[in-house]
Amino acid sequence: MPKTSYSRPTIGATGETGSWRTFDPVVNYNECSKCRTCWLYCPEAVISVDEDGTPHTDYNYCKGCGICAQVCPKQCIEMVRTDERKRRTGGV
Amino acid sequence: MKTELMSANYAAARSIVSARVEVVAAYPITPATTVPEQVAFLNEEGIYKGQFIRVESEHSAIFACIGASSTGARAFTATSSNGLLLMDEGLHWAAAARLPIVINNVNRSVSPSWNIHVTHDDSISKRDTGWIQFYVSSVDEVYHTIIQSFRLAEDERVLMPVMVNSDGFVLSHTLSTFDYLEPEEVDKFLPPYSPPHWVMDPADPVSHGNIVFPEYYQEFRYMMHEGTKNALKVYEEVEKDYKKLFGKYFGGPIDCFKCDDAKVVFTSQGSMAAEAIDAVKELREEGYKVGNARVRMIRPFPVERIRDLGSHVKAFASFDRGVSYGFGGPVANDIRSSMYNTKHRPMVKSYIGGLGGRDVTVADIKEMILDTYNAVETGELGPEETWHDLME
Repeated sequence: MPKTSYSRPTIGATGETGSWRTFDPVVNYNECSKCRTCWLYCPEAVISVDEDGTPHTDYNYCKGCGICAQVCPKQCIEMVRTDERKRRTGGV
Repeated sequence: MKTELMSANYAAARSIVSARVEVVAAYPITPATTVPEQVAFLNEEGIYKGQFIRVESEHSAIFACIGASSTGARAFTATSSNGLLLMDEGLHWAAAARLPIVINNVNRSVSPSWNIHVTHDDSISKRDTGWIQFYVSSVDEVYHTIIQSFRLAEDERVLMPVMVNSDGFVLSHTLSTFDYLEPEEVDKFLPPYSPPHWVMDPADPVSHGNIVFPEYYQEFRYMMHEGTKNALKVYEEVEKDYKKLFGKYFGGPIDCFKCDDAKVVFTSQGSMAAEAIDAVKELREEGYKVGNARVRMIRPFPVERIRDLGSHVKAFASFDRGVSYGFGGPVANDIRSSMYNTKHRPMVKSYIGGLGGRDVTVADIKEMILDTYNAVETGELGPEETWHDLME
């Protein structure tokens, strides 16, 4: 053991924090303007964007805080129960 | 090596030049003020080549040192009394983060009542933070103990911060000669510091001070305890090297004078422990078999050294310039604890006094030693604790 605690950056160093979530953000891609506001505000940096700005949430680590849904200028991110999200997205 | 004439605080400021300290962060407080004042002066003059960070409080001072030490820099600060207490959170942090910072704490009474003179309560109350604690008796010893402390703190077997305590005014503002060492001379003794485990480096990021769950926390605390205890053995090596290189030796964790055949040994910390040598000399001339044990290191507590003394003396007269309120003399109680699991039972009489800078003279010390001597002669312990020179 080292003499004092330290850790090196790894994905999910403290486990899959996505399990803490009650509501999941779901983006309505028909409405999304690809403005990247959700990506900018996400406090956990679990939103990645494609080159054209299309956002994707990493549900393994998203804690479900809902900030993305609040800040979305188009108000096209909805917070829904996990089973509802899976029903809408075909289980992804 | 050359002889200089300075106060202990000015000498402390010179020690950081000699030890090639890289960062000093300090906030002024009487009687430590002239340490950072001199560091600022030496910095302006280009003699101290490291960084001097002017912070807005002692809390910031210790945390600036923590940041500096985390990057692998050699860091130092100086403070007193309420300043040390404001550092409290950082003192625990530095010890648990295993950062080899050195503090020169210039002992001063804690308020109220407002008093700028010496009492050891400020540092004694920080005894359980993990910091190694020295108490020194002369300007020369302040200067050299600070240099030694970096080597001790940075040793991988120890890797704990060190507090060098010097009595306010009695040492801090009193001029005396000391032997100054050029940085080039100290290089032979003190290599540059290189953190052995982790380092704060943007090119290779680590998170430190991070969350540790109950499965591991206790192990880190055990390692702190081991590290601090190792300081006793490592300090022996440090002093041996120092003596070989510079001819300086201050007596180890407990500096004994005429203890070998003594019936009663007087223990104390700080400047008055040097005064006690004169008291012992006079009492020896008067035919009393007494000795002086100057306790230089109280954490780690030199248990084996005390047991060795306790195996052949009849009594300890233990003087504390501080109090653990509700339990008495801190070092007296440590001496009692050290002896408990041995078959020897010397009397331990505790004396408390000299608080708020009240003078403790040779006559005072002789009176306390004779009080214990009398207890040995009559076989009656009498009071376990006496407040010396207490007004009715």
